[in-house]
Amino acid sequence: MARITVYEPSGTSSVYRTRSRYSLRLWSVRHSRVLEWFYNTFASALLALHPLWSAIGYKRVETPMVAVEKRIKALLFDCRMCGQCALSSTGMSCPMNCPKSLRNGPCGGVRANGHCEVEPDMPCVWVQAWQGSRSMKGGDTIMDVQQPVDNSLKGSSSWLRVTSDKAAEKQAARSGATE
Amino acid sequence: MYEETDEDPRDPGAPLTLMPGHSSRGRLERVLRRGEFAVTAELNPPDSANPEDVYERAAVFNGWVDAINATDGSGANCHMSSVAICALLTRMGYAPVMQISCRDHNRIAIQGNVLGAAAMGVNNILCLTGDGVQAGDQPGAKPVFDLDCMSLLEAITTMREENKFLSGRKITSGPEVFLGGAINPFAPPYDFRPLRLAKKIAAGAQFVQSQYCFDLDILNEYMKQVRDMGLHEKCFILIGVGPLASAKTARWIRTNVPGIHIPDSIIERLEGAEDQKLEGKKICIEMMQAVREIEGVAGVHVMAYRQEALVAEIVEESGVIKDRKPWTREPNPGELAVAERMKELAADPV
Repeated sequence: MARITVYEPSGTSSVYRTRSRYSLRLWSVRHSRVLEWFYNTFASALLALHPLWSAIGYKRVETPMVAVEKRIKALLFDCRMCGQCALSSTGMSCPMNCPKSLRNGPCGGVRANGHCEVEPDMPCVWVQAWQGSRSMKGGDTIMDVQQPVDNSLKGSSSWLRVTSDKAAEKQAARSGATE
Repeated sequence: MYEETDEDPRDPGAPLTLMPGHSSRGRLERVLRRGEFAVTAELNPPDSANPEDVYERAAVFNGWVDAINATDGSGANCHMSSVAICALLTRMGYAPVMQISCRDHNRIAIQGNVLGAAAMGVNNILCLTGDGVQAGDQPGAKPVFDLDCMSLLEAITTMREENKFLSGRKITSGPEVFLGGAINPFAPPYDFRPLRLAKKIAAGAQFVQSQYCFDLDILNEYMKQVRDMGLHEKCFILIGVGPLASAKTARWIRTNVPGIHIPDSIIERLEGAEDQKLEGKKICIEMMQAVREIEGVAGVHVMAYRQEALVAEIVEESGVIKDRKPWTREPNPGELAVAERMKELAADPV
């Protein structure tokens, strides 16, 4: 019988959970380098489309973007849509899948086989993160201290937030340079 | 101008003068910054509302330890709260280390507790993530984990240094606390563990206490990396030790308590011994002596769960503090007179 705990992986019933459901998540960690490259390219494309997003209005794009982002990231990373994605700093292993939602590294309870203290069947998200980060170009950002999760951003699009923030940054830099 | 002693001559329970470069007015920080080998111990929190239970449990450490850790629902079991235990301990002049676990409180509650504890004279705070609720007696509880140990360290550092809450709102008088974290060199990913310590130091950890150490090889490897990174100069490292009551207990701990690594050699040694409890104590003493010799180790943290009365003996026999005598609480004459009178009354048949 499956063990039932308070922790629930996204989009599944805790009763029917099997080990195989971690396979895609683990694949993403193994391919963190490719995914990093892919994301960086994709992020630049989104940024290049900033005039389009602001013409339509970021608020209006939000809903369709969330629908896309949610599906893609749920498939690849078991994403929880925390709205402040840290995957680039966590070796492409989503820290929100940690039952203690740790965003700054593994707790002291990791089992000797590298599995989770709370979910004995699940490989520790942070052991994975460390492995994933080693093959990434920007892997050393795993050392950045992450701010506490802003729960009010839950369910919003991280992609759009990053894009609009970067665009604003660029804008500020440009106006700063002309002054 | 600044008193180097660990006691205020006018009032032994009062906060000490804040020394330059120190964050707190506590004795633990003074002992560590003087370069002395520190000893801390863990108090088993009572399942009661009686303050005498706390005083009794603290009294066994009197004169042998530099600070007493008050656990915050350790192992996800419910006990008297750490903030209350600390408040009681400061009344008696003891130096408590208040543990805060992120499991049970959100950021609003935690920041409030930090201010409250500092107001009650708590000088040391240990920031922990906390065991999962599945480990304890109430597995149906809702796990909070709003902050993690790292963001908690950063939050309290900001409260102390910048007199601000996480929200940025001003605090009129910040908490003067010596901040600590936990390390566990004995759990995977081993090569990330020293980096995690570096991260904790960046977030504000001034001292760390480790999980139980039963494996010197892993510790030596860890400390080597720590020294290479120069972390032992930025943070005081206290290694966790403790006596195992028997081979059976050791096996139980290994399978049931998260994060504790006990090698087979230790269990075999316990099994082979005539008096397992005595052997457990011996192992603990040897470990303390070995740990004291490692460069970069600033002290030991003795966790003698349910064997707290042994701590004084262990510290004495190990000789780790040599002839240094940690602060001792002397009962004041008034209390003695009351106790005497109570005895007389009890003896009086009437």
